[in-house]
Amino acid sequence: MKKLIVFCLMSLFMYACSSNNNEKKEERTYAEESAPAASDASTYDPHRGEGKFDKVEVGEKLDVSMANDGKVIADLKCASCHKMTDEKLVGPGWKGVSERRKPEWIMNFITNPDAMIDKDPELQAQLEICLVRMPNQNLTDDDARKIYEYMRQNDGVK
Amino acid sequence: MELKKYLLTGLAAATLLSTFQACKPKGAGEAVSGGAAEKAYVAPGKYDEFYNFVSGGFSGQLSVYGLPSGRLLRVIPVFSLDPEKGWGFSEETKPMLETSHGNVPWDDLHHVQLSKTDGEYDGKWVFVNANNTPRLARVDLTTFRTAEILELPNSGGNHSSPFITENTEYVVAGTRFSVPVDGESGDVPINTYKQNFRGTLSFVSVNKENGNMDLAFQIETPGVNYDLSRAGKGVSHGWFFFSTYNTEQANTLLEVNASKNDKDFVLAVNWKKAEEYLKAGKGKKVTGLKYAHNKYDEKSHTSKTEFKTETIVLNAEELEGLCYYIPCPKSPHGVDVDPSGEYIVGSGKLAALIPVFSFSKIQKAIEGKQFEGKFGGIPIIKYDAALYGEVEKPGLGPLHTEFDGKGNAITSFFVSSELVKWNIKDLKVLDRVPTYYSTGHLMIPGGDTKSPDGKYVVAYNKITKDRFLPTGPELSQSAQIFDISGDKMQLILDFPTIGEPHYAQAIRAEKVKDKSVKIFKIEENTNPYATKGEKDARVERKGNQVHVYLTSIRSHFAPDNIEGVQLGDEVYFHVTNIEQDWDMPHGFAVKGARNGELLIMPGETQTLKWVPDRIGVFPFYCTDFCSALHQEMQGYIRISKKGSNVPISYSVGTNLPKEGTN
Repeated sequence: MKKLIVFCLMSLFMYACSSNNNEKKEERTYAEESAPAASDASTYDPHRGEGKFDKVEVGEKLDVSMANDGKVIADLKCASCHKMTDEKLVGPGWKGVSERRKPEWIMNFITNPDAMIDKDPELQAQLEICLVRMPNQNLTDDDARKIYEYMRQNDGVK
Repeated sequence: MELKKYLLTGLAAATLLSTFQACKPKGAGEAVSGGAAEKAYVAPGKYDEFYNFVSGGFSGQLSVYGLPSGRLLRVIPVFSLDPEKGWGFSEETKPMLETSHGNVPWDDLHHVQLSKTDGEYDGKWVFVNANNTPRLARVDLTTFRTAEILELPNSGGNHSSPFITENTEYVVAGTRFSVPVDGESGDVPINTYKQNFRGTLSFVSVNKENGNMDLAFQIETPGVNYDLSRAGKGVSHGWFFFSTYNTEQANTLLEVNASKNDKDFVLAVNWKKAEEYLKAGKGKKVTGLKYAHNKYDEKSHTSKTEFKTETIVLNAEELEGLCYYIPCPKSPHGVDVDPSGEYIVGSGKLAALIPVFSFSKIQKAIEGKQFEGKFGGIPIIKYDAALYGEVEKPGLGPLHTEFDGKGNAITSFFVSSELVKWNIKDLKVLDRVPTYYSTGHLMIPGGDTKSPDGKYVVAYNKITKDRFLPTGPELSQSAQIFDISGDKMQLILDFPTIGEPHYAQAIRAEKVKDKSVKIFKIEENTNPYATKGEKDARVERKGNQVHVYLTSIRSHFAPDNIEGVQLGDEVYFHVTNIEQDWDMPHGFAVKGARNGELLIMPGETQTLKWVPDRIGVFPFYCTDFCSALHQEMQGYIRISKKGSNVPISYSVGTNLPKEGTN
């Protein structure tokens, strides 16, 4: 019986050899769409997050019209799960978020949630509490900036 | 015991030997076992090379498989209700199944045609036919959903369809069953087939931009059965070829009475000439018809039915040069045009040879009036004057032919249950393989285009028998993939299919996959019942109609507590999925609903009508697992007696439990 097992293992090994040599197969199938260029966890910057925003220009004063636009977008796409107070609904309340987090981190997270949930230690801790991954709500860069301004307004910036 | 040990050791050694062989370069003529698995294997996470759109036959739906893996990717509901996806059950999709007969919940989908530009698949749309209540449908390949369904007047069984011209100028619909024209004049004795029954060929134009179909004109011909058809291409662009049977014009026991003639006809239609006649006003406007035209709009997520009443008819017997018959043995099924457009292959399903006609000879025969009389006023071209040659003794019961792009044709044989490869030029048989069992249609990716992708041929079999584990009296139908990259056809995979697969087509994945829609933008949703954000979620009473404007997102509905609805009310749940992430549909079901569920794509609004039949509190919930808290995604609606003074109220998260005990 032992011999049989050895034989089978050898067969498996030989099979692996044959499939490695099969160049034709490589031509035939496509790789799945490559994920957006992702750094591994060791190079992840927990202050900036991961995404397209490196440096967000934020004015001293509130841009009121931007904040108003941000409210309209947030009511449609975010308010089902986030309150403006510090009360947790599905996700955490927004009160104070613009003080706790850099604008780059917020805008990267709301436009690229899946990649960040997979890497950010604090987001992973948050997921253990909420148990629902924040959905990607397909926000444009402009949407994200306006929502950030609305968060600032909510945190008392005038 | 000892013997068993030897056997096992022997088996292992054999396995080892065969795996050593796998390391060697492969020849073309391997047996089924050698390398077959590798050729059909698509590793987990890898994509297939082709989308294969396969008719769902009497399921009325269109299935999508990956090739070469044979994996089922999707079933697209077209002509039949689909409670799984809410198709035909949601208020938004009900109009799609509307016809002049009323709402028809089922049909028999036979043939599949990918839209073409310059004779090649362009990856925009798939057209399919309804064989029972004559209709054409267009499926949009950005959404993989049915976008449009057009009913056909003056027709009885749309079988010879939905074949298309090389730039998708027209989709045709030839009636399988000739019938008297629509209207009260159709009240005639059945045995006046020869006098009163007409074979109508519908030419439906397709808008290049949005794909919208329009019945451009119909050609009226003598009553026969139309089976299949193909457009000319290249040199024969401008012509269409229809196979006919029952040229005996029998109206009873066709099994015997429609199999008497040694030859039936291929009808050649000069559709460019038809356009000239139309321009010259030779068409006869027919009014007083009724046929449905249903369109689905992906912005409002709603469909509409428009009833049409007119068409223009060209009479093939009166208009010279429009139609010619070519004799073809015997009860032809397929009539297939090779990549160059020069050769037209008739497949007489009761014949033991394959005639190949030459387009240039047909043109010369018409010029030289090489006719052998007329049938119902239409000239019959002499067989020999149209014939390029015959494939001798190819097999029994040829049905359908596709082309490999290397100068060869492959024909399916139902009676002798095989595929036969032959050379178009010298008409010599090159190879044959058995199929399990009794192939109907076959398909080579791009096999009806100007440049076929001659890598695989798939046989769609009518009989399954012992090919899969038994599942009672009925077995799933089966398809078989053959590698045709070498000289010999090699079977590499069997896979089961839904309904009965008739024709199918396959397109390279890259022509479709990157155009696939992932979400519907919620900002662009123009459904009148859309709820744009939770703050607009509400309940409105309008007489005895109660409209519930619901939102869904992982993982709750808003509102989820609803009161003030009474027995006798009709409740409309308008559910807007405000998710904007790919592959995040939510479902909606409510207890006692006598229709189906809703399955709402991200950004979409769909409506379920619910008429409560008793007093009580009814739960509703999300049916499509959406998150770790999916099981919590639920709500309640309270039904009070008629005339109750419970006011309409609704909320989410605020109607907190009353304290105290019962």
